[in-house]
Amino acid sequence: MSVFSPRSADGGPIIDFDPVSCCLEIEGLSLAYGETPALRELTLRVPRHRVTAFIGPSGCGKSTLLRALNRLHDLNDEVHLSGRIRLEGQDIHAPEMEVAELRRRVGMVFQAPNPFPMSIYDNVAFGLRLQGGIRKRQLDDVVEWALRSSALWDEVKDRLKSSAWALSGGQQQRLVIARTLAVRPEVLLLDEPASALDPISTLKIEELIRNLKSQLTLVLVTHNMQQAARVSDYTAFLQEGELVEYGTTDTLFTNPRLARTENYITGRMA
Amino acid sequence: MIGRARLPRGEGVWPWLAAGSLALSLLMLAGLLFLLAVRGMGHFWPSPLTLVTLEDGRLLAGQAVREERQPNAAGRERLYLTGNRDLDGAIWRWVAVDEIAEESRPRDLVVLERTRWGSFQGRLLALEERGERVEGEAAWAALQARLQELAALRAERDRLRDEIVVPLVRRMEREPLAEAELARASARIRELQARIAGGRLLLESVDGRRLEQPLEQVLRAWRPNAMSPPAKVAAWGGGVWRFLAEGPRAANSAGGVWPAIFGTVLMVLLMSVVVTPFGVLAAIYLNEIAHQGRLTHLVRIAVRNLAGVPSIVYGVFGLGVFVYGIGGSLDEWFFADQLPSPTFGTGGLLWASLTLALLTLPVVIVATEEGLARVPDHQREGALALGATRVEMLTRVVLPMTAPAMLTGVILAVARAAGEVAPLMLVGVAKLAPQVPVDGDFPFLHLERKFMHLGYHIYDVAFHGSDVQAALPLVYATALLLVLVILVLNLTAIFLRHHLRARHGALPRR
Ligand SMILES: Nc1ncnc2c1ncn2[C@@H]1O[C@H](COP(=O)(O)OP(=O)(O)O)[C@@H](O)[C@H]1O
Ligand SMILES: [Mg+2]
Repeated sequence: MSVFSPRSADGGPIIDFDPVSCCLEIEGLSLAYGETPALRELTLRVPRHRVTAFIGPSGCGKSTLLRALNRLHDLNDEVHLSGRIRLEGQDIHAPEMEVAELRRRVGMVFQAPNPFPMSIYDNVAFGLRLQGGIRKRQLDDVVEWALRSSALWDEVKDRLKSSAWALSGGQQQRLVIARTLAVRPEVLLLDEPASALDPISTLKIEELIRNLKSQLTLVLVTHNMQQAARVSDYTAFLQEGELVEYGTTDTLFTNPRLARTENYITGRMA
Repeated sequence: MIGRARLPRGEGVWPWLAAGSLALSLLMLAGLLFLLAVRGMGHFWPSPLTLVTLEDGRLLAGQAVREERQPNAAGRERLYLTGNRDLDGAIWRWVAVDEIAEESRPRDLVVLERTRWGSFQGRLLALEERGERVEGEAAWAALQARLQELAALRAERDRLRDEIVVPLVRRMEREPLAEAELARASARIRELQARIAGGRLLLESVDGRRLEQPLEQVLRAWRPNAMSPPAKVAAWGGGVWRFLAEGPRAANSAGGVWPAIFGTVLMVLLMSVVVTPFGVLAAIYLNEIAHQGRLTHLVRIAVRNLAGVPSIVYGVFGLGVFVYGIGGSLDEWFFADQLPSPTFGTGGLLWASLTLALLTLPVVIVATEEGLARVPDHQREGALALGATRVEMLTRVVLPMTAPAMLTGVILAVARAAGEVAPLMLVGVAKLAPQVPVDGDFPFLHLERKFMHLGYHIYDVAFHGSDVQAALPLVYATALLLVLVILVLNLTAIFLRHHLRARHGALPRR
């Protein structure tokens, strides 16, 4: 596993750990919007049942990377993608990989809470109903389980039939997480999930993320360095579409190898 | 102070101008509705009958309609509605105001509404029936009772004719067995007819001319000068109700407009049923599926411009393509045994609805497209990220969110379609089609039939009657009704839209 041994002399990425069991492998991923490159030759592994944070300045390609992981770019004809992404060893662009199935396995939560204009219950049941063939009782159980997992059950159990849009922003974001959990994904991608929320809601989301890693693998994009330090096990620092440094969160925040990383982190921490 | 805050002095004349033009528009709208309501609904009020004695001793009985200055003299003259077309040859009379010696309102003057010759105004002398003769005040009471009886008999006769005889006759060719039933119904009708016929009234105009009036031609009788206010209100209500619920009589110059109301509403509903799916699908294609290139852009511009094509052009298109083209072919293929008389190869409900659907298609497309564009991308991505296909994303998330916008499109389409008359004249509206296109006869909804329409009815009554003066109140009343029908259709859709919106609150703004 020489790929993962520290290396810096040639300016290549510093990768400072050797994940024992990895869930997602990204290999030589490049992506361009039309002529404009957004990701360049990215290679990294995401460990299973851990929280991995992607940090980096605005526009460095964090969201682009996240969206590549569940093929949300498919609909955009402008996007040109090369390289390989493997989920549990399986190439996600392989012909036998169904994109709907992939997206169920790799769930995604966006920056702005986006509950559908339906009741709370219907929001959570949405993904399961798409799959069909599920009985009402089972559905009820899954909805309750998902809402409990996202720490929302106690707040909404008496009004499951009321509109999801009536919830507060923080509740809406947790509802979106519950909705995603209900289809039992293996990976959960979170793109700045708390950036639109108040501090208390943010703390709730962070606690939720820490609790969820026993069930699945989490990838978190955040602008907030404290948040990355608080919740993530591993952190990757990206800049201008390139991976700069990747390691355990402790090392990266306390003892970064590269000056670029240190500058960014200290600048953001202040 | 609030007034000053809203219209600050410092900003000069513009706020006032804007507010003024809004007020003017509202005032004109209110004025229009008021005019229609007063002129139209006033027609059903049993107005008092004046007995006028002229200087030279002549008498007349009539309702004063209006007064004008005499063309070549200083005095004024007054127009009376005197009825009695069979006696006078006219139902209007101009009288110079200074020639009037005396006016009074005797309580015994009667007004009769008749199926021939219009109304009679004068006195009732006697009622004769089966050799019996009743005179004076007793005749009035007997007439009232007899009219009620006649109304019941007529209602039964008409019901038998419309619900049993007419469908049977239509089925005759296929089912010879229906003959016995038909004979029974016809016998009953003849019996009813015999009971209706027979009686007669002896009438006298106020200037002493006598008249024998067959009772079967009399529909209603009242003494306007002897009626109490509640009785007048009841009579007014009855008149309005008959206007709404009955078919037209006397070449559309009297009676009600029920077939026209029904035709208008049915046509608009059919049109909505056709235009909504087509418009929505077209908008989805333009907005969600088509590559957003130059061609799509051009198509979009073309669709928007289509909304400006004059409606008569659509009528010509409907006539050429739907009626002669498609309708003619349908006749050749499926109704060849009835040729040369056309079934679908002539104007009818279906072709009119399709023509109007075409006319309103751009409105629905544009409104739906705007609704689709307002659905935030993160909603779509949210659905996709849960494993939805594009179709599932559209049907389960995007379209429900677009429903209010679609309804806005339908509202605009209905408002435009319900008022269109010109294209309908080419593709299926009829001057008189007393049978509504829905009945108990298979297939219940008769898309090939011609139908009546309130807008065309207004045109027909106003310009094709023999007496425009007499038709005018009906024109106003029908116009008011057309406005109300459109209003009700729109309010229904608006209510529905509000309901849809209220369910989840407004779309979150970003
Ligand atoms: N749909 C798109 N079309 C074209 N360029 C895009 C699109 N989305 C993002 N970009 C560009 O790609 C780069 C990376 O964007 P993004 O991944 O959103 O950055 P981040 O999430 O790290 O702020 C930016 O320069 C951005 O302008
Ligand atoms: Mg981003």
